[in-house]
Amino acid sequence: MGMRYFGTSVQRQEDKKFLMGQGRYVDDIEFVGMLHGAFLRADIAHAKINGIDTSAAREIPGVHAVYTLDDLGDPYPNKPMTTAYASPLLKQTICQHLLAKDEVCFVGQTVALVVAESRHIAEDALSRIVVDYEPLPAVADCRNALDADAPATHLGLDSNLVGNFYGKFGDIDAAFAEASHTFKVDFHEHRGGGHATECRNIIANYDAGKDETTVYLTTQAPFLIRRLMARYFEEDESKIRVICPDVGGGFGPKNGPYAEEFVLAIVSKQLQRPVKWIEDRRENFVATNQQGDQMWHMEIACEDDGKILGARGRVIHDMGAYVPYGLLLPATSVFPLPGPYALPALDVTLDAVFTNKTCTSPVRGAGRPNAAYAMERLIETVARGLKLDPADVRRRNFVRKDQFPYTTGGTLPSGDPAVYDSGDFHSLLDMALENAGYEDFKERQAAARQEGRYLGMGISSCIEDTGFGPYEGVKVKVQPSGKVLLQTGAASQGQGHQTVFSQIVAEELGVDIDSIVYQSADTGTVPHGVATAGSRVTANAGPASQAAARLVRKKALKLAAEVLEIDEDDLEIEDGIVRATAQSGRNVNISLGDLSFKLTPLMNGKVPDGFEPELEATSFTSSTGVPHASGSSVAEVEVDVETGEVKLVNYVIAHDCGKMINPMLVDGQIIGGVVHGIGNALFERMVYDENAQPMSMNYGEYLLPIATEMPPFEVLHQETPSPHNELGVKGAGEGGTIPAANAIIAAIENALEPFGVVVNDHPVDPQRICELLDEAQARSGAA
Amino acid sequence: MKPGRFTYHDPTTIDELTGLLASLEDVKFLAGGQSLMPMLNMRFTQPDHLVDLNGIDGLAGIALNGAALEIGAMTRQATLMKSGEIAEHLPVMQAALHWVGHFQTRYRGTIGGSLCHLDPSAELPLIALLCDAELTVVGPEGERSVAMGDWPLAYMMPNLSEQEILKLISITPWGGHHGFAFEEISRRRGDFAIVGVGCQLAVENGSITKAAIAIGGADQVPYRLSEAEAALIGQPASEETFAAAGEVARQKDAMSDAYITAAYRQRLANVLTKRTLAAAAQRATGE
Repeated sequence: MGMRYFGTSVQRQEDKKFLMGQGRYVDDIEFVGMLHGAFLRADIAHAKINGIDTSAAREIPGVHAVYTLDDLGDPYPNKPMTTAYASPLLKQTICQHLLAKDEVCFVGQTVALVVAESRHIAEDALSRIVVDYEPLPAVADCRNALDADAPATHLGLDSNLVGNFYGKFGDIDAAFAEASHTFKVDFHEHRGGGHATECRNIIANYDAGKDETTVYLTTQAPFLIRRLMARYFEEDESKIRVICPDVGGGFGPKNGPYAEEFVLAIVSKQLQRPVKWIEDRRENFVATNQQGDQMWHMEIACEDDGKILGARGRVIHDMGAYVPYGLLLPATSVFPLPGPYALPALDVTLDAVFTNKTCTSPVRGAGRPNAAYAMERLIETVARGLKLDPADVRRRNFVRKDQFPYTTGGTLPSGDPAVYDSGDFHSLLDMALENAGYEDFKERQAAARQEGRYLGMGISSCIEDTGFGPYEGVKVKVQPSGKVLLQTGAASQGQGHQTVFSQIVAEELGVDIDSIVYQSADTGTVPHGVATAGSRVTANAGPASQAAARLVRKKALKLAAEVLEIDEDDLEIEDGIVRATAQSGRNVNISLGDLSFKLTPLMNGKVPDGFEPELEATSFTSSTGVPHASGSSVAEVEVDVETGEVKLVNYVIAHDCGKMINPMLVDGQIIGGVVHGIGNALFERMVYDENAQPMSMNYGEYLLPIATEMPPFEVLHQETPSPHNELGVKGAGEGGTIPAANAIIAAIENALEPFGVVVNDHPVDPQRICELLDEAQARSGAA
Repeated sequence: MKPGRFTYHDPTTIDELTGLLASLEDVKFLAGGQSLMPMLNMRFTQPDHLVDLNGIDGLAGIALNGAALEIGAMTRQATLMKSGEIAEHLPVMQAALHWVGHFQTRYRGTIGGSLCHLDPSAELPLIALLCDAELTVVGPEGERSVAMGDWPLAYMMPNLSEQEILKLISITPWGGHHGFAFEEISRRRGDFAIVGVGCQLAVENGSITKAAIAIGGADQVPYRLSEAEAALIGQPASEETFAAAGEVARQKDAMSDAYITAAYRQRLANVLTKRTLAAAAQRATGE
């Protein structure tokens, strides 16, 4: 049997309904008697609350209830939320109350909730709530948060330090003592929000008859949210059901808990009515976690040929106002630092600090794009300092193909040693450079400069730890109708889960892909899952899909062999029919549906001896270690030195995510990921003023990358199977984003080399490029 | 993001409209809605009355009346872009229209809406200013005429009372052979311009005989670079001449905000003035 589905660009199984306008998102769901909520949010970054007067709001016709924290009732006024990821490294784990208590610490924090007949009325009522705020000084810039004279971000804090995270291995002192060269470089990294097409939306529906609350939620992690809610409410998990209907994009910020779903669950139970809250776009800019700022101060030690001996430094990381997500983002910013390089020694300390800004949590790539940018900045700094070809510096430092499995010396957040399983970084870089025309670029660049045009090319290489555990549950069940039910716990936000897991199951079980019925992301019906995050689902649910399908196949073959009185080895399954092979000389068959019927007989029937009922299996098989994807990107830009405008001329990415289940979907993930990285390099900036008041709260000011600004993309693949799962797969969701910023920033620097411009910070905009050109000119004028 | 409560009016004739205007207070007019609808939804504006202009007969259309092009205020931007009359007589407007929003928004956005909203970076007010448009406004007191130069009173404030609407834009294109150009710098295609510059230039025997330059986005309202226009007359159509005009643009006051400094706007005003003049000169002398 040849590979019919696995490895081919099967069309997306989930798209028909979307193309026909039949997708069902939270806002499409209506219930009889449903009410609508609107949250009053802090409009000042830091203030003491002296009082909240909701009386005028309650008087508006159509308003059913207005809640402050006290109105929620006991125990909530004294029960803040807890962080999703506790850690001993956390020194101050301050979490929000569901609605503000005594103090607001960022613009956007939930202060009160109006529940009304319609959203219009609820918003009318919001404007009638009077909050007596006493303004307090705020911290807007993480770089100043630990200054001796920095204001306290929360009343009563002695320090704004949330905790430290460390990346240390090797003998760093020896590395710097022995080095022929050391270089210092400082850079500021900014990443904005996830900006999914669909904002966060919720319906909470309490059923008094069952004493159960069903929460329809736009989350990446239905089981995680259910668990956090059950723990917070001290409730049986079966009394809370989280359902993700169709979800319009996740990108990280939908992976964690938010106060709103807890508040709605409480309120629905109190009012005994379904309550809907739809986050509008303006709210999304302040109410949904973003990623925020990092300031890096780094130093690197190397030899004459660019061989790196060690890197050290300090990072200030903006946590925002609370700690909903533990130190996950600091961790993913530091542990992946070595990237694709054999780095002998590392000593980096990260200070995670409170600011009076929106809370932070991972955005596509989490901290990995930050870490990759930091390492690539160091490579660029070495190449510039030693006047070496940046490609050569990379080649000299890459982990070699013969070194896998390669132990970096660092540790993963789990405490396990970081081990790269597979790859070929040299060939990936060569592939990218060749397709980008790196070899003759210098000639093209020189010719363009003669015409006053400034072309530049930049490289960026990365690894990505994907598929972290523990598992995603998958159930495969053949039904008497012949339909094959495939259930996974992993929620989809548009990635194409249905397609790839159907491909695996169809291949393994021997059925037509159209016979598969897919269900996911409903804690009431599907096997336990964890979260769609960190490019982890394929490397977890993929092996589980294969394993579950294989168990079903075995059972089917065993039963068919008995029924057909033939040896199991003489059977094959194709298109859902178990039949004798041509070589067996027999001509008998039975459908999987009929076999299923034998295992689930009607009244007075009998399950065959030696068999359990149902032609089904559930698996939690996952990868045995961390599959590492890798990639090298090459960007080409043209910079207008009069206006500072940057045109992306071309973008080549060579990527290795192991065996590709569906190359079309991989390409989509990679290109989408690069676009996200382009946003980080050139466009997306969440602007706050000095009082931590957010400024960029619409898409005219917060600039997402759009189609007209995109370069041609060329995606090249190398398939180095991961040894950690039988499919050989690795995650592909973030490999486009992780390296992108440096490729583009380095390309701009390369274009502006005649002027001696070094950019370092991202995002960079045309105005900043002009300032850098002016500064460079002033320097050369002064010299 | 739901608008506050308002009363919706849907007049079908100018008379019906002016009758309404005489009786209502706190009114906003809905033209293409590309700015007003988000402002309503974000409750930046909460009028008691919303008067929809889309159903009124005779407010849209393009006609040549003698030497003048008459454009109804409710004419869609997309219609202007596709119009043969505009292509023939006022190509600089079409050059600018490519920069107005996105092709989807141009099917709703109107020239009158843009002129009345009067965003400092908007392309169509800049073009109206460049082309010395005459505007006809109508209200309960009847019609009056306003020169485009007198239209912007202040930042986003047109010369229009609460009871008036813009009815017609009349532009008499330059006769004779001349060149034109429009360029702008925005962060992304379709974004508000940081600075936009339009110009028209007539050149005879290598020297400039007529010049008009309009700059938008740089300051609170679009303006004509009159000093440079006068200085250009009689000068050779050369790089040095255009660079000098650019320097005049750089010296003008510019605004700054949370994103863009005055210095960067001045830099762009300089560069774009220089570039558009060179492009216009090439068109003026190229054939």
